[in-house]
Amino acid sequence: MGEDDVILKFENVTKRFPGVLALDNVSFAIRKGEVHALVGENGAGKSTLIKIVTGVYQKTSGEVIFDGKPVHFLTPHEALRNGIAAIYQEFNLIPALTVAENIFMGHHFTRRNFIVDWGKMREEARKLMEFLDVDIDVDAQVRDLGVAKKQVVEIAKALSLNARVLIMDEPTATLAQKEIEGLFRIIRFLKGKGVTVIYISHRLEEIYEVCDRVTVLRDGRYVGTRNVKEIKVDEIIRMMVGREVVEKFPRVAHHAGEEVLRVENLTRHGVLENISFSVRKGEILGIAGMVGSGRTELLRAIYGLDPIDAGKIYVKGKEVHIHSPLEAINHGIALLPEERKTQGLVLLLSVLDNLGLPLLPSLSNRGFVDDKKLTAVAQDMVEHMNIKTPSLLQKTMYLSGGNQQKVVLGKWFARNCDIYLFDEPTRGIDVGAKIEIYHLMNKLIERGSTIVMVSSELPEILAMSDRILVMREGKVMGELTREEATKEAILQLALGRREEYARVE
Amino acid sequence: MPVLSEENVPLVQRFFVFWDKVGILLAFLVVCVIFGMLNPVFFNPLNILNVIRQVSIIGVIAVGMTFVILLGGIDLSVGSVVAFAGIIAAGFQAKWGGNLFLSVVIPLLIGGGIGFMNGFVSTKGQLHPFIVTLGSMSIFRGATLLVAQGKPISGMSPAFRFIGAGMVGPIPFPVILFIGCVIVAGMVLKRTVFGRYIYAIGGNEEAALLSGIMVERYKIAAFTILGFLSGLSALILTSRLNSGELVAGQGYELDVIASVIIGGTSLMGGEGGVYGTLIGALLIGVVSNGLNLLGVQPYWQMIVKGLIVILAVLLDKLKRRFRTV
Ligand SMILES: Nc1ncnc2c1ncn2[C@@H]1O[C@H](COP(=O)(O)OP(=O)(O)OP(=O)(O)O)[C@@H](O)[C@H]1O
Ligand SMILES: [Mg+2]
Repeated sequence: MGEDDVILKFENVTKRFPGVLALDNVSFAIRKGEVHALVGENGAGKSTLIKIVTGVYQKTSGEVIFDGKPVHFLTPHEALRNGIAAIYQEFNLIPALTVAENIFMGHHFTRRNFIVDWGKMREEARKLMEFLDVDIDVDAQVRDLGVAKKQVVEIAKALSLNARVLIMDEPTATLAQKEIEGLFRIIRFLKGKGVTVIYISHRLEEIYEVCDRVTVLRDGRYVGTRNVKEIKVDEIIRMMVGREVVEKFPRVAHHAGEEVLRVENLTRHGVLENISFSVRKGEILGIAGMVGSGRTELLRAIYGLDPIDAGKIYVKGKEVHIHSPLEAINHGIALLPEERKTQGLVLLLSVLDNLGLPLLPSLSNRGFVDDKKLTAVAQDMVEHMNIKTPSLLQKTMYLSGGNQQKVVLGKWFARNCDIYLFDEPTRGIDVGAKIEIYHLMNKLIERGSTIVMVSSELPEILAMSDRILVMREGKVMGELTREEATKEAILQLALGRREEYARVE
Repeated sequence: MPVLSEENVPLVQRFFVFWDKVGILLAFLVVCVIFGMLNPVFFNPLNILNVIRQVSIIGVIAVGMTFVILLGGIDLSVGSVVAFAGIIAAGFQAKWGGNLFLSVVIPLLIGGGIGFMNGFVSTKGQLHPFIVTLGSMSIFRGATLLVAQGKPISGMSPAFRFIGAGMVGPIPFPVILFIGCVIVAGMVLKRTVFGRYIYAIGGNEEAALLSGIMVERYKIAAFTILGFLSGLSALILTSRLNSGELVAGQGYELDVIASVIIGGTSLMGGEGGVYGTLIGALLIGVVSNGLNLLGVQPYWQMIVKGLIVILAVLLDKLKRRFRTV
């Protein structure tokens, strides 16, 4: 490889956090204009590496060489001004402002240096949207946009600063299938324009769609870089986990028992319409649909988080009225929320405290927490879920994204519930850990629980569910049995049937 | 995963990890040593007891305030609650029959009741407690004047005077009350489900709610505890002054909140504890006392106190910054 086609190079980059060696002498190079995948298990150090490039973290030792010169950015702003932009899972957009304002935030167009030049700003924003070939109103408020469009705004923001390196940390985690294709189109397009893209994802199949080369990190160390065309997915996985991984979806069949949860004509005006379904003991009911189709809202309504306008919920044959999560939990229902950082974890608290949160009343004696029991349960969960943490007392804010998700899961696994509502249970989780989570689901089913699982990952929902409910715009579009369910069948229902489209237009 | 020994961690980070644990204690000791060197009277046991006795009036409230701030709340009405509960206590002592039991219990219940209302209105009404308690601050100052008809009420019974002025052996009774509150609160926060929930709610309310915690109930409970302890403080103060004063407790909210913040509890909630508050309150007391002994004009005390608060918050901020870099 010639030195001159390298744009970004890592030389012995090392990063230490208190008690953790997150990156250990990592060296590799990224070529100009390529789409370079960065993969590895949870906690491998991917995000840390990216944050060092963009100046969020400072490296402990080593060099980052950008365009032939060693660089050391102290803030993301500085990196941005030098042409390196990153898009994280949590967007850095201001919801109340318009698309155009967000794109040019920090470098407004002005007249005579102090009056905002709205006309110019909107025009430039529109040009960017045209350039990306997307249909987004530049005057819309960002809060009204869906996740996919917000992401496009982030990309436009990066481009408006002439970013030459664009880093995406798990960009597809919150996108639906169709939106992912839109993102890929944009990535290919940017590549055509000479932009270098660093792409982090746990969905390895995506790497084959858009990436040229892939670099694998394991436990903070560099494992290797390969051409995507010359490596099989099994090989990537082996590099990631350091051993062979066999079945991808270890689904065990069980026979379903009596009905455990029944929902009849559940309605929440403007969000959910006449939803009916039932699940039996030992079943996994998958709920598929596009992002924004009301799947999360359905789970929230059952869990007592949002009030319902009409409809009935029966648990084990008895009608229940659930007004709060506590009541739901008392009826044996647990919810595993979608957004782990904002809904699942108390970041300031330790792994131990988070794992114990829903369990405390049962692990206490006249109001006093039994620390021994709690520690035992938590230790058990950490081992069971293979949570990577230096100790039980580590604050969860210092765990990697995937390990945080495992803590959220562990919290509920430790408690015996009859009905588990899972919202995107494996989002952001590495292959090895995913399989562990599927195993755990099997265990839950075996011990007599029922699972309702919302997932945007079609292979997962197809492989793990007994039946699949497909939602669209707050309505149930259809129910597929395991035998009927195919990717096409689900997509057709989720997007609204083609025939109907034809009739409307 | 490779785990490191402590030596490999960068120095700034180690400093702030260290500061987090014992920084405030260290600062407190340094301040004490300095005052002691400037004026030997400072280390006289009588003076030390005197400082702690003065501190206990604010400190008792600060213990309650720690709960509220840990939950991400704030209460500005504590000073007015002290005045109101105090005037009621004085009333029961000097005007309405002189029953000791009533003059102790009623003010405590009134304090708890006001705290409950503050909590209830701000959670159920989804109003910021800053606004709600700003309102009650004015309401109960007014109520105090109303009850007292503009005149202080004095003349307490000897039994009642024991609360604020009595001694148990060499130790003033208020000090025992204060230290008792700190120990109980420390235990509640660390060992009980209620305490763990306080940290969880303060750290992430939504996650707490989704975990099945009755967030509103615990918030109201924290305000109620604070109100109750303000009532206790009122008893100590009234008893010590031998009088229910109209201006009692004025400006207390500042000293109380300052004690909590200096003690390392985060205004954002979710972090901190009551032992820090103990040191914070003592630090404020020591600074006032030390400056007094040195003959510094009292006005300076206010200025110094303000500077300490800002410094404490600044250190807290730096700590946050450096723990991630
Ligand atoms: N601020 C921090 N303080 C302490 N440790 C940290 C901090 N940030 C990350 N770590 C640790 O560094 C390691 C690498 O984390 P990183 O977030 O880079 O992983 P990742 O590869 O992005 O994983 P994931 O796929 O789960 O997002 C983890 O063990 C994590 O716990
Ligand atoms: Mg990550």
